[in-house]
Amino acid sequence: MTERLYGPDDSALDGNAIGGLLHEIFSTEMTTAEATCGHCGNTAQVAEAVVYVKAPGTVMRCRACTSVLAVVVRKQEMNCVDMSGVAALQAG
Amino acid sequence: MAGTAVRGRLTWQVATVTAVRPETTSVRTIEFDIPDWAGHQAGQHVDIRLTADDGYVAERSYSIASAPGEPLQLTVERLEDGEVSPYLTEELRPGDEIEIRGPIGGYFIWDSDDARTPVLLVAGGSGVVPFRSMLRHRARIGSAAPVRLLYSARSLPDVIYRTELDMPGDGAEIVYTLTRQQPPGWAGHSGRVDAALLTEVAWPEDRQPLAFVCGPTAFVEIVAGELVSLGYPPDHVKTERYGGVGAP
Repeated sequence: MTERLYGPDDSALDGNAIGGLLHEIFSTEMTTAEATCGHCGNTAQVAEAVVYVKAPGTVMRCRACTSVLAVVVRKQEMNCVDMSGVAALQAG
Repeated sequence: MAGTAVRGRLTWQVATVTAVRPETTSVRTIEFDIPDWAGHQAGQHVDIRLTADDGYVAERSYSIASAPGEPLQLTVERLEDGEVSPYLTEELRPGDEIEIRGPIGGYFIWDSDDARTPVLLVAGGSGVVPFRSMLRHRARIGSAAPVRLLYSARSLPDVIYRTELDMPGDGAEIVYTLTRQQPPGWAGHSGRVDAALLTEVAWPEDRQPLAFVCGPTAFVEIVAGELVSLGYPPDHVKTERYGGVGAP
């Protein structure tokens, strides 16, 4: 298979695109926060992560290793946040 | 706790359209009045929320086109298969109200008058929008920072803000490259932004420049990668990706 399933493709955005969503969840600006990938240990600003907003839910992946950092699913007025792929999150 | 920044809730606000202006055949700039707008920084964006009669909600992000201190302006490109942009570019009229929240973002912003740090802006198509905010901000604060905008557009009629960009102000340079169609006698660059063009246009890395790259995802990946190859430290190359909105 030549299709890159998980690498950045044309539909991939970056963490800037979920600045509003993350601000809603954390009540503060989060695109400059530093997230450490729980899989490869890479630390980068949230703005630099690979983000898919058209997946079922919003998916944030590590730009270095493509592992899932976070998934946010909105259920009516509630955001369900799974950040188990993030080892550390440091406010920017 | 004294000295701790107050955490700000991001709330949806009602914005009233005060003016609309066509930029190209598929792009227009919309100006809004928001009573409690907190002000913004150059390079930030807002979220827009449209709610249909049946309750269906669509949200999109748009870069802010105006400078800090100016009324909020968004410049929107109509995407043929878009859900929100056709409404914003064709239906919205002065007096109409929509929901906006923002300003959003702290990464892709420029707010400096440091004359020692040259700034390179690389735009693909409508990726030029946040750079218009930065250029206007630069002019308004009288910044001495040298700025060069490399703007890739399909053709001259596709160039957004052309009249304004033709008068960029002291110390700002605008370099166009036209990828699909060039007018007769075109003396500017043609074709996509590549290593050769960046080598020619980008500030040398030994001047410790700061680069901002904005546009379709594929464009940003290529340009940011080439800048790093030219010696730009990755953390001096700020990127913002608009997704698969067509090659500029």
